Amino acid sequence: MLNYDLVVIGGGPAGMAAALRARDFGIRDIIILERAETLGGILEQCIHTGFGLHYFGEELSGPEYAARFIELVEDQKIEYKVDTMVTDVTEDKVVTAVNKTDGLLKIQAKAVILAMGCRERPRGALSIAGTRPSGIMTAGTAQKYVNLDGYMPGKEIVILGSGDIGLIMARRMTLEGAHVKMVCELMPYSGGLTRNIVQCLDDFGIPLHLSTTVIATHGNGRLEGVTIAKVDDKLNPIPGTEEYVACDTLMLSVGLIPENELTKNIGIGMDRITNGAVVNEMRETDHEGIFACGNVLHVHDLVDYVTLEAQIAGEGAARYILGQKAAAAEYLTLTAGNGVRYTVPQRVNIRSEESVKVYFRVGRIYKNAKVVLTCAGKVVSSKKKVKLAPGEMENVIIPNEVLATLTVNDEIKIEVEE
Amino acid sequence: MFDVVIIGAGVVGCMIARELSKYKLKIALLERANDVAMGATKANSGIVHAGFDAKPNTLKARMNIRGNVLMEDVCKQLNVPYRKNGSLVLAFSEEEIETLKELFERGKQNGVEGLSLLDKAELKALEPNISDEAMGALRAETAGIVCPYSLAIAAVENAVTNGVEFKRNFEVTDVAFQDDVFTVSSDNDSVECRFVINAAGCFSDKIAALMGEEDFHIVPRRGEYYILDKSLGSLVDHIIFQCPTKMGKGILVSPTVHGNLLIGPSADDVEDNDDLATTAQGLFDVRSLALKSVPDAVTRFAITSFSGNRAHDLKNDFTIAPSKYNTHFINVEGIESPGLTGSPAIAEYVAEILSSMADLQQNESFVGTREKPFRYHTATDEEKAAAIAQNPLYGRIICRCESITEGEIVDAIHAPAGAMDVDGVKRRTRAGMGRCQGGFCGSKVVEILARELQVEPNMITKYGKDSVLLYERTK
Repeated sequence: MLNYDLVVIGGGPAGMAAALRARDFGIRDIIILERAETLGGILEQCIHTGFGLHYFGEELSGPEYAARFIELVEDQKIEYKVDTMVTDVTEDKVVTAVNKTDGLLKIQAKAVILAMGCRERPRGALSIAGTRPSGIMTAGTAQKYVNLDGYMPGKEIVILGSGDIGLIMARRMTLEGAHVKMVCELMPYSGGLTRNIVQCLDDFGIPLHLSTTVIATHGNGRLEGVTIAKVDDKLNPIPGTEEYVACDTLMLSVGLIPENELTKNIGIGMDRITNGAVVNEMRETDHEGIFACGNVLHVHDLVDYVTLEAQIAGEGAARYILGQKAAAAEYLTLTAGNGVRYTVPQRVNIRSEESVKVYFRVGRIYKNAKVVLTCAGKVVSSKKKVKLAPGEMENVIIPNEVLATLTVNDEIKIEVEE
Repeated sequence: MFDVVIIGAGVVGCMIARELSKYKLKIALLERANDVAMGATKANSGIVHAGFDAKPNTLKARMNIRGNVLMEDVCKQLNVPYRKNGSLVLAFSEEEIETLKELFERGKQNGVEGLSLLDKAELKALEPNISDEAMGALRAETAGIVCPYSLAIAAVENAVTNGVEFKRNFEVTDVAFQDDVFTVSSDNDSVECRFVINAAGCFSDKIAALMGEEDFHIVPRRGEYYILDKSLGSLVDHIIFQCPTKMGKGILVSPTVHGNLLIGPSADDVEDNDDLATTAQGLFDVRSLALKSVPDAVTRFAITSFSGNRAHDLKNDFTIAPSKYNTHFINVEGIESPGLTGSPAIAEYVAEILSSMADLQQNESFVGTREKPFRYHTATDEEKAAAIAQNPLYGRIICRCESITEGEIVDAIHAPAGAMDVDGVKRRTRAGMGRCQGGFCGSKVVEILARELQVEPNMITKYGKDSVLLYERTK
């Protein structure tokens, strides 16, 4: 059995930022365990730019953004193991991992940070009828083939789902000489960032068909085509609107699922909406000393926010290891009011001495609406927003002086007012 | 020159190949696809039936009962996951209660042991997650579950180890007979032999027709299924059937040997053997009918759906007999359910038929057991450590969802009649069978296949033929 103060599971942007922040707080004994061959996580295959605008104030590619953190990890001599898969974490913080050189590893940690990221929703979850040819893949898999392996996974392409990876891949495949025929989106709005719709679709003349889905795949061997159809407001295909589209590739960008198998095995309390752990303002789960951050906690649209969140978790874990945890924590569960799908954190220590920034997503598109924060029946803030969209994460700050006035029986509510 | 050529490497063909490899025979197993188990074998319910469904005195009944008896031992020898979890047929009306009694009687007539009729309370005690609407059930203790393609793969590995030659991508288009010798041909290859065994599944009527047979009429009957996430895998312990209809045994809800929950199949006659498309209607029927038995078996937790075609012959029974046009041509035709259950018995029966025409001598070097492949996720910590020390590739997990290592994938590729495509790796190792359905490991499996088979990654297919995954290199 090895011993470390802090074990960070996942060496993507979340894991690295968390480890670095813990080091800033004086934690020496840290190890990052990463399943891929390199640190950097999914950023390594995101060779487009647009990363770092918020955090670094400049526009970087995914690998450039990751490289800045990898360099710091190296400089700070934070230990890490790549090509290493964590297969189990116990309540007592014993981490089991495996790799080719060390074999089976057992590590006793004082604190654990879960930073495993997320995975893409596969076809199986969609119940698309039809055959099972090759040429149906998630956008992320296609991205790996093109950007890392150097092979074209398709030529005539239909993309289902207008999540950011789908939009990015529409542009990427076009630049590589493929013909992206269309992006179909089940919802009446895109789940991606506005800037990606403009820069990845509009600039290349790729049509975005809203309220449209793929209802069947055709072809034995390689995909030969798909049937698309319009959907009604209950998202059911409308008979008579079916259309056959010839293509050799169907890329799916239909949602991301936090990879919480380890989290669930520990028995950590989960949020049904985020599919991530329920956490407090330090991103600590309901199991003391086990923290979560990044896409494993909730799916982010910008890596910059992942970094910021991971720094909070890193600080939380460091304080926990150093025994600096606030003695008299009193938790209040936030209310996601009208229009708000979820908040992270879900619970806040009202004895916290610092203001708490709460991130949230809305359930649909709002124009000229207000984001209202109410604490103990009093409106604390009311901010006008020209546009609120499910694809863009919002935040609101609960000031520490307001927290100080609250008791555990009060309500903190975030809602959208039209 | 072969003694025996078997056409079709589904579970029946593979089990026949293994059975006949017990004798001093030169055997070839021909398969049109790029792998074994590519027809009905890869897409069925995976049930080892007790044997109360089949009409008494049919070949279906006989093979079912004998197959059920043989299955446990065969699975043990071949190291194939099998579990005798028992089955329950539910009744939702007084009329169906009567049907249960009929099935009970029929089962007794067929010689099925371990049958009992349960009332509602007994049923609920046994399976608390069953619908409250169920009024009673027929319990069959001898029913079980097996992974059908694992059985076929294990059987072919064992057969090849014992000397059988496996020829893939060999689609039989012609069988000629002259001077006591058959010439079995595809468009670009041919083999000669003294005996032919037609185990071509959905194509068995067409292969039989090459000998002049006109009485076989396979109407492929499509069945659609969902596989639900392992988090629902223990919702029920038994195989849960509904009362049978003329189209089959109805929609079942069953745990799989791998811990998922399986629901299906629908039953629709189709025209084209190769039409394996799932349909909106079929999937809808499966979804809604499964809920009737187990209200919590919701497809929100589906990880995949698929369909398979049963080799349903209009005469509604198996044919296992020498062709009336040439006795050295043995038809194994119309093998639908309970074909998987019956497969060890069918193999035994074919050997018996063959022995009446040929002098079968024991193959003294026959080894009936197949070594258990290393499986990371079921190994103990000690076994893992030892395996990694011996082969570091067992320490590199490729498929995260199912914890499948690179070592297991390499083993599957180099096994006898090993995997040559991504789906072949998937069926042998379960890499890509988990929640993410190959999202992460798919490209790594392509890489490993290309490396081990010494070809470029864009030569690797999903399941042979033109199911290419990658085109040319990027600019």
